[in-house]
Amino acid sequence: MKALKQLLGKTLLATACLGTAVSAMADVLTDIKARDEIRIAVPQDFPPFGSVGADLKPQGIDVDMANYIAEQMGVELTIVPVTSANRIPYLQTNKVDLVISSLGKNPEREKAIDFSTSYAPFFLGVFGEQSIAVGALQDLSGQTVGVTRGSVEDLELEKSAPSDVTIQRFEDNNTTLTAYLSGQVNLIATGNLVATEISKRRPARAPEAKFMLKDSPCYIGMAKGEAALQAEVNAIVAKALAEGKLNEISLKWLKAPLPQGFGA
Amino acid sequence: MLNFSDLLPYTDVFLSGLMTTMELTVLTTALGVLVGTTCAAIRQYGNGTSQRTVAAYVELIRNTPFIVQLFFIFFGLPAVGLILTSWQASIIALTINLGAYSTEIIRAGLSNISKGQWEAAKVLGLNFRQTLLRVVFTPAFEKIYPALTSQCIIVMLGSAVLSQISVQDLTYAANLVQSRNFRAFESYVVTALMYLGLAMLMRYVFVLIGKRLFAFREAS
Repeated sequence: MKALKQLLGKTLLATACLGTAVSAMADVLTDIKARDEIRIAVPQDFPPFGSVGADLKPQGIDVDMANYIAEQMGVELTIVPVTSANRIPYLQTNKVDLVISSLGKNPEREKAIDFSTSYAPFFLGVFGEQSIAVGALQDLSGQTVGVTRGSVEDLELEKSAPSDVTIQRFEDNNTTLTAYLSGQVNLIATGNLVATEISKRRPARAPEAKFMLKDSPCYIGMAKGEAALQAEVNAIVAKALAEGKLNEISLKWLKAPLPQGFGA
Repeated sequence: MLNFSDLLPYTDVFLSGLMTTMELTVLTTALGVLVGTTCAAIRQYGNGTSQRTVAAYVELIRNTPFIVQLFFIFFGLPAVGLILTSWQASIIALTINLGAYSTEIIRAGLSNISKGQWEAAKVLGLNFRQTLLRVVFTPAFEKIYPALTSQCIIVMLGSAVLSQISVQDLTYAANLVQSRNFRAFESYVVTALMYLGLAMLMRYVFVLIGKRLFAFREAS
């Protein structure tokens, strides 16, 4: 079984290298301009990044971003729906030009594809009532924080929070959320998507992002070695950040402005 | 591969969980039996309205799941402005639960005391307080003592549910350790043994208390 897996892995790797080599011969950016079309992979099952709206059209952060990039390049946009499992293979087999699919960066992925600068926030942090003034881990001293047991944020808190912080652990995300909504805890450590969910369900008790525990923003993925395309996309992302487009998208879908120092 | 030594770094977590469970048990057993005794007396000797009130309380608690009662107190009551800590919510939930069950158990004992016993006490010149304590309650409790013991142990075991509202009891400790070192089998075996030990200890203590309370049996 193990040998089979290894063989399969090697074959995949070889195929990927081949695919990269082939696409590297022609410059993808030139292709896009010549075709007057950019093909972008977006998720269709992962709100608020990408989902299908009531009008059956794809919607979300990633879709807005795809539209913005096509608009800036002045080419037609073709949306290609993908799942999180096949988004990178789609790129490697040259079925799409870009992947905007809430893609996080990690060393394994960096071996396979290239990334732009970050376009959307995705982080674990401490959130809470507006009236509580905490801006960093050491400010938590004496406070009570709700968290889901065994989650990454639980481990981060346990590792680095001051010893006099009361960590109240709940069984799952939903219970943690209920504990915050019912006022049993006024600070919670969770992901920004969960915090967005609370803001939607109960705007009156929308939690404010206090500080980050672990940052894992989303990047746009592209085939390896496409320097021209990467420069172009990075320039567009930088422009979107500068003219407030990224913040606008974040406010629209995440109900929160970009965190301090985003993209720095 | 089983490896119990992975639990050693968490000894303190287990011990503090064990202490929490014991504290909760001692406190709520005392409070719960007190509530049960009072309600049983009302149910047996009270007037119509008070009897119906107690009956409603007993039926409500005995016919709803404990975890729902607990969540109602902890997550539900804040909606009407009553925010209790997880500790307070636990004490209240366990007390009203044990109170309801023990009401029925103790009432069974009280209904076992015949009218003749009251009349005998009166003839002997005992006042109401003396009659209630020595002629009614003591023999009534003696009859239902094993059932009451079991109910208290059931409530102690049921307190495992409290970990759901982040009370740091023995089950919370097991869950926490298990989520840190992924030694599920070892954590829960150790925890189960601790609960078993606690239950046996409780039974033993109840027997000791019973020997003191019902000393008249041995004298006669």
